[in-house]
Amino acid sequence: MTDDRIVPVTMPKWGLSMQLGKITSWVVAEGDEVQVGDDLADIETEKITGTLEAADAGTVRRIVARVGEDVPVSGTIALIAPAEVSDDALDAAVLQARAVIDAGVPDDAGGGAELQTADVGGRKISFAGAGQDGDVILLVHGYGGDRNSWLFLQEPLAAKYRVYALDLPGHGTSAKDVGDGTLGVLADAVTGVLDALGAGRAHLVGHSMGGAVALAVAARDPGRVASLTLIAPSGFGAEINAGYLRGFADAQTRRELKPVAGQLFADEGLVTRQLVDDLLAYKRLDGVDESLHALLGTLLDGDAQRGDSAAVLAAADGTMPVTVVWGRADRIIPAAQAESVTGAVRHVIDGAGHMPQMERPAEVQAAIEETIARAG
Amino acid sequence: MARNITYREALNEALTQEMERDETVIVMGEDNAGGAGAPGEDDAWGGVLGVTKGLYHKFPGRVLDTPISESAFIGAAIGAATAGMRPVAELMFVDFMGVCFDQIYNQAAKFRYMFGGKAVTPVVIRTMYGAGLRAAAQHSQCLYPLFTHIPGLKVVMPSTPYDAKGMMIQAIRDNDPVMFFEHKALYDLSGPVPEESYVLPFGEANVVREGGDVTIVTLGRMVHTSLDAAGQLAAAGVQCEVIDLRTTSPLDEDTVLESVEGTGRLVVVDEAHPRCNIATDISALVARKAFGSLQAPIEMVTAPHTPVPFSNALEDIYIPDAQRVVNAVKTVTGWSR
Repeated sequence: MTDDRIVPVTMPKWGLSMQLGKITSWVVAEGDEVQVGDDLADIETEKITGTLEAADAGTVRRIVARVGEDVPVSGTIALIAPAEVSDDALDAAVLQARAVIDAGVPDDAGGGAELQTADVGGRKISFAGAGQDGDVILLVHGYGGDRNSWLFLQEPLAAKYRVYALDLPGHGTSAKDVGDGTLGVLADAVTGVLDALGAGRAHLVGHSMGGAVALAVAARDPGRVASLTLIAPSGFGAEINAGYLRGFADAQTRRELKPVAGQLFADEGLVTRQLVDDLLAYKRLDGVDESLHALLGTLLDGDAQRGDSAAVLAAADGTMPVTVVWGRADRIIPAAQAESVTGAVRHVIDGAGHMPQMERPAEVQAAIEETIARAG
Repeated sequence: MARNITYREALNEALTQEMERDETVIVMGEDNAGGAGAPGEDDAWGGVLGVTKGLYHKFPGRVLDTPISESAFIGAAIGAATAGMRPVAELMFVDFMGVCFDQIYNQAAKFRYMFGGKAVTPVVIRTMYGAGLRAAAQHSQCLYPLFTHIPGLKVVMPSTPYDAKGMMIQAIRDNDPVMFFEHKALYDLSGPVPEESYVLPFGEANVVREGGDVTIVTLGRMVHTSLDAAGQLAAAGVQCEVIDLRTTSPLDEDTVLESVEGTGRLVVVDEAHPRCNIATDISALVARKAFGSLQAPIEMVTAPHTPVPFSNALEDIYIPDAQRVVNAVKTVTGWSR
């Protein structure tokens, strides 16, 4: 039996398909004191490179996983424990953890959620869920994104909630046709997924254009929206980086797309070759080019934002708790527009750009959970 | 939604989806439908290695089984292309191109130019290449350098199932003649491929592995050999950047040059014979345009200047393997003036 004062640091699950992660470097060393939120290690998966933050405070007594080796998701990579825990107890825990790492991924680890689909007005809409119990959360990505935009958040939230992420029309593996490209078509997909889930009410989390979509759902059907967390939502001011939007829609090659994608993040180093390749693979699917250009017309009026999300929010009547989260270094939609989200609790996160759910997932998760708590 | 399918299935899916999308797309070639020696059954083979299997019944009248007369049916495909069809003609083995070379290099490749840009020739000529199947000197060659030499032809050789599907769809939609090279040893290779249709534009190399010490430029089956070598070298502390050219015409010069400017060292791995092949072409490009970045002479790993041997043992030695790539990388990293 291991000493319950030993707290394992485990390989996170970033994205439903992740089975293995690799530590590219340790930020901490044995003996270091860490606080919640401190960087522990840089981790690379097939899809993305990220930094693991500490979920518990204490002393790092043992580093278990070596740099460069594959570790199954949830395998123990380090041990945090107070000084009173004996070396013998720690070494025994390390042995157990090593056995898990050395065994690799079990064959039956199909893992995660199955991709599901719903037919919404003749369009195939894809979504995937995680979590067994609790309220339903539906995550709504932004322009050019997909359900994987939430890869750092969906599993952690699933500890307490049933968490679903969808692909909006024109995105991911959903139907590529967006009709007239209005927010209404996208909002239909959100309610269609809620219907397919049999969820009368859900907490909506929307990023960027997905924020405006979540708002449209709330205005149309406030009874179905238990709370709203808007992350850098579109439509709360005129200013927007129109060059980014057009650049994303028009980019045909990796060389064109990479600098565009870089504008999404405060630290452009987060734009890996894999990320750009995945975006290009999406953009090259039949029908995507047309849908991205159709949606440009919904988002832009000249070089300004077309939508008026503040009016939509007012129409939603203030019945549900609203939180707005913004990265202070957002280069797509300025963080100052958070001020226009009337009646919302505001979090402006330092060191994050337009993708705080990828850049500072722990803080975004806390904001979402706090919003849900307010809904009671 | 991407799922794992083989290179063969990826090509079949591309053909199926394009035939569904565009009724001017037709398939023609030897054994595409009936199959020599088949007991009267239509669609017995689906081409010599089964790529077109199933199309014959799905698209009645649009899968044509041709006589063993390459000059006739390749010429017919090119003619049909000029008249509004989008034929995909299968010429079994690239080794047989000799008998229809006039149709390809002096007709199809020239029409756009000769008719002042008013004619297009949207034909795809599929063909198998490469050694490794014990098929000896007349069924194992890598003749893509011959076609790369000729302006007016696009020359493409996917190395993965994903690339195979996207490049086949691009080839069919392309208005120029495309020589589509499929390595026999890759047909059973499995990999993730989206169910949806998508295109992979020509002239965009793929950096399949990043690394700062040595650039390995390669193509086709040799991409996998090079990745194997790069994996072994990484364990020894040498980081290779592996570039899959994907297409030799058009050629993505920028990706090659940018990489060599970063690493200063180049190894080119090409399964073709060593004279006037893709390795010499890339070497000349880098020597001319990135000379100042080079910290060592360029190394080439190729097959020898001989026919592909009939002997199994000799064929195995003939095909460049990962050990030869490792040795070449060690030569360029260990070189000193």
